[in-house]
This record gives sequence, structure tokens and C-alpha cells, in this order.
Amino acid sequence: MTAISDRRQLAYVAAQAADARVNLELEAEGMTLNIGPQHPATHGTLRIVARLDGEQVIEAEPIMGYMHRGYEKLTEVRTYAQVTTLVNRIDWLGSFCNEVPFILAAEQLMGIEAPARAQHIRTILFELGRIGHLTLFLGDLGVQLGAVTPVFYAFRDREHILNQIESVTGGRFHPNFDRIGGVKDDLPSGWIAETKQSIDKIRDFCDLIEGLLFGNEIFEARTRGIGVIPADVGLSYGLSGANIRGSGVDWDLRRDAPTALAYDKIDWKVWTHPDGDAYARSWVRLQEVRESCSMVDQLLDTIPAGPIMAKVPRIIKVPEGEAYVATENPLGEMGYYVVSKGGLEPFRVKIRSASFNNMSISPWLLKGTYVPDVITILASLYFILGDIDR
Amino acid sequence: MTDTTEVAEETVPDEAREALLEVLVAELGDQLIEHHLIPGVDLWIRVAPESLADVAEYLRERQRFRFFDFISVIDWLPSPFGRSLDSAVDSALEIEANGEAESAATTEIVRGYAGGETRFQILSRVYNLTTGLGVHIKSDVPDDTLTVPSWTGVYAGANWHEREAFEMFGINFAGHPGLQKIYLPGDFEGHPMRKDFPLLARLVKPWPGIVDVEPMPAKDEPTATNPDDVADPSSSDPSSPAPDAVSSDVADETPSDSGDAS
Repeated sequence: MTAISDRRQLAYVAAQAADARVNLELEAEGMTLNIGPQHPATHGTLRIVARLDGEQVIEAEPIMGYMHRGYEKLTEVRTYAQVTTLVNRIDWLGSFCNEVPFILAAEQLMGIEAPARAQHIRTILFELGRIGHLTLFLGDLGVQLGAVTPVFYAFRDREHILNQIESVTGGRFHPNFDRIGGVKDDLPSGWIAETKQSIDKIRDFCDLIEGLLFGNEIFEARTRGIGVIPADVGLSYGLSGANIRGSGVDWDLRRDAPTALAYDKIDWKVWTHPDGDAYARSWVRLQEVRESCSMVDQLLDTIPAGPIMAKVPRIIKVPEGEAYVATENPLGEMGYYVVSKGGLEPFRVKIRSASFNNMSISPWLLKGTYVPDVITILASLYFILGDIDR
Repeated sequence: MTDTTEVAEETVPDEAREALLEVLVAELGDQLIEHHLIPGVDLWIRVAPESLADVAEYLRERQRFRFFDFISVIDWLPSPFGRSLDSAVDSALEIEANGEAESAATTEIVRGYAGGETRFQILSRVYNLTTGLGVHIKSDVPDDTLTVPSWTGVYAGANWHEREAFEMFGINFAGHPGLQKIYLPGDFEGHPMRKDFPLLARLVKPWPGIVDVEPMPAKDEPTATNPDDVADPSSSDPSSPAPDAVSSDVADETPSDSGDAS
């Protein structure tokens, strides 16, 4: 056996080996960066574990469940009327929009149709919810990119919408207003004129934001060509809402899967953008706020007279059957698959929330991007944690 | 084997869905076991578990069902815990007191549209954006293996949905690239969405709301469950509850947050 007897030679070999190991580790492991669970870009408590090579993301894996409340299980021990209270909290910025598809599914099973006036009120509140939701998005988008000004305007102007929602439903965030067979209350007097004023303020806000953000050179540089989703990939992940319309797919459940809402009675269009990048998704949302303003305007002008509740049994028992109803919520497709066995409570409710599908593309989308763009991409996908975790 | 059950009373012709169903029945052959069509509403098909992935691929490639909606699971076992507000007694406690055989709790499994033979069923939905039609795909999950083919090779978005089904129901998806828990902590035991997994909060402390629906003393009991007993339709303004005293007992039994403002 030949042992290395020279002390200097031994030190040299050891140093070589140590160096090699360090190099090897650096190449194989990269650096692991934890984004969240508490990070302003995550709208709740989402943690993203990103493996980095320099500034580049090799692999990103969202870790969820910090906010999982088990609503699907809880719905099985609550009556149909009580479920709306729960589902209000799924996507907490567009609460009323969460109630509508569940109530519609229950109505479908019971064979009840809400009166025209109730459908109209539902649609108005639905669109107001969307305006409030996306207004905040437009402000928040600036914050994520380092422009702090827009979010103050957003909070200021969203308040007008929340006030209008509150004066009808009594709740700013959790209206719990939709009922099987109609809505809880009629509109208060003077509400229509006030809402029109609020809508005008939102229109001004849209113009303001367009100037502040969309016309801004830095904003364009940071969003154009970032996080590009080809239409086909987006569809196979089940992306919906502005995320898929920003990839040029002309798909909107308000138009394509009509439910008992008043969308067919007004004149509106679906906005799309062909680019599929962060800019396109944001731009589509901006146009959707404007479109919703015009929709609410038309709806307010055409509210039919009549009752706001249909004939509904006092104790609501839903006949045996299954129904899936989805609506186009601010974040995308939100649907409830309700299985009833004829009891007071649903037997099983599958909640198909938009953000869960929208976020499931993120490991694919974040691969190969740079760390600052991670924030841009997450902001432009626009998710609410309650909507992912449910 | 292929009977179209019509549920809607007045038959609305639904040519698009009927045509689609005809094509599916013809081309899928034995893979399609049963189907259910409600005209103007929706379409359900039930396929053999082993051909689940093939059917997905066929739907995506040949029928242009490009939009993946969701995958989930239905556990058809009736809940053994009797947390339903329907039952006057908690059957879990009853079983404890009277022994398994004498309890009134039902264990018969009744399945929904398009039938089925097993306890667990996969439920998924895809859309064809050109025609705007969606279809529900159900499939039995074999009771012994609890394994079905994964959709991840066909629809990339199936990944997270299958992970959720895996942790919540304990269903395995053969061919899934990383079947790990998605919400729950790694050392969590059990599958919470299964019907025989107790909602512990309810067992520890009974739901306070259950007090509201306990049977009222004697006389009005039949009225409460009579489906013909509906809200007064003429009261177009429900903000003011109907003042008639007859309904007051019934209203008491209604959960506090019912359809009518009361």
C-alpha cells in the first residue's frame, strides 16, 4: 500500500476534494428561495419554494394548505341556506359572486326559477362584485411592480362600490344575500341613481389607471412578454377568466354557458388579447371593469318590476339529483357540483374554484423565469388564497 | 345498458347534446358503460375505470374537448355519523348504545346519475369550447385497489386535482408524476373527505344549530314536513314576514337563515 506520506501533498489533495465538493453542490443544488408564506405578493398565505440558479428559477413549487378550511366537508353538515354563509368566504373579494352558482345549482335541482327582478338584482350585484374585485387588482398590480400610487386610488374608488353593495345587502364583504328562489331584499330607494354615480367614478378610475400603469414605459417593460401562456397549454390546465382570455381564447361563461342571470338582456362584448403575457391579462381585466360598468348601467335602466322571491317551500328540501352550475366570476370559472339525496343538506358539494386551476399552471409557468418576474407573473395570474385552498 | 333517462317534464329538444352522445356511444363502444342526459342541462357518461385515460385522450384529441375543468371524487357511502339534521338522533351515539345491528342508520349505497357499482366514483368534467358543451365523466373506482389511470398525460391540469383526490379520498392515480399531499401536513393520517371520517368538531361539540330543528311538541309535526306548505306567494315583499299566525310554528323550525327573511 502506498500511503501519501508528504504532508504538503496531502493538504493539496484534501483542498482539491473540498473544492470539488463545493462546486458540485453549487451546481446540483442551486439556491432555494422561500417566497412566503407571508409575502405581500401572495394575497394570503401561499408559500412558493423556488430553486434558483443565480437569478433564474429552475423549479418552483407552490405549497398550499395554510388556509384550507374544508368547505366541501362543512357543506355536508349544513342546510342549503347555511351554505351561502360559508361560500362567501371562498373568494373574499367577490363574495356575492360565490353565492350565485351554488344557489343556481340548488334552484336547478328544485326546478325553481327566480323571478325576473331577482335575476336582474343578482346580475347587478354580481357585476358590482366584479368591479370591486378587479379594481383592487388594478391597484395591486402596481404595488407588485413597485408603483405604490395606484393602490391608493384603487382603495379609494372601490369604496364607492362597497358602499353600494353594503346599502343593499348590509355587508361590505360578505353579503350573504342570495336565496333559493330570489334575493333577500329589494333595492333601497335612491340606490339606482347613487350606483350610477359610483359607476362613473370607477370609469374615471379606469382612465386614471390606464394613464398611470398601462401607458407607463416601466410597466410595459416589466409585463410585456413575461409569463407567456400559449392558449393550448392554458386550456389543458383549465385556466379561466381573464387568464385564458388574455391568451386569445374567446370563452366567457356569461355568454357561452348561460345561466338564469340577465346577461342575455343587455348588450356587451367579451374582451380578449392575443399575446398571452402578463400585460395581456392585466389589459383584459381593465377592459372588463369598463365593460362591467356599462353592463351595470344598462341593467340599472332595465330593472323589471315584480316580485323578488319565487314560491319556495318554507323548509328547503332539495330533490334527489345532481347539478353542476358554473358562472364567470371575477377570477374565472366558479362552479358547484351539488349531489343531493333529498335531504335538508347537500350530500356532496364539489367546489370548482377558479384560482385552484389558475395557480396549477404556476410550476410550469415559473420555470426559467427570473426572480423579479415571479412576482409579476403571480400578480398577473391574480389569485385569492381562499379560492385556492377553499 | 344505454337508456336515456329524461328527467325534465317538458322535453326540450337538445340536438347538440344528443348528437354528441350518439357519437360517443358509437365510437367509445364498450368503454362507455352508461349515460344520462338531461336535455338543455347537462350530459353524464360513465366509463370503464381501466379506459379512463383513453377516453380522456379520445375526448381531447378527437372531440376537441380541450378545456379541462376538474377532477373529483364522490364517496357514495351514507354518512355513518348521522350528522344530518334529518335524523333526530345521532346514529353514531345510537350505535354505541344499541349495538350495530339494531341501529336505524342506513348503510345502503344509492348512486346518482349514470349509475355505478363501487363506493367511490371519479367525477370529472371537460368542455369543448367550439360547441360550448361540457360533459361529466364518471368512473367507478375498483374497491380493492382504489386505483385509476391518471389524466396527467392528457390534461396537464389534472395534476393538482388528482393530488387533492388522493389526500382527501385516498384514491391512487396510476402514472401520476408526484402523488403527494397538497393541502394537509405530511404526517396527517386518514382521508378527511371520506364519509366515514368524522367531522371531529361536530362530535366534540354538537352543532348549536341542531337545536333549532328539533321536533316541536306534538300537534304541528305533519305540517313541518309537508312539501305543499309553501311561503305565501302573494307576499311579493318578503322583507315583511307574513303575519298569519299559522306559519309561526313552521317558521320556528326553519333554520334561522332560510329563504325568506323572517
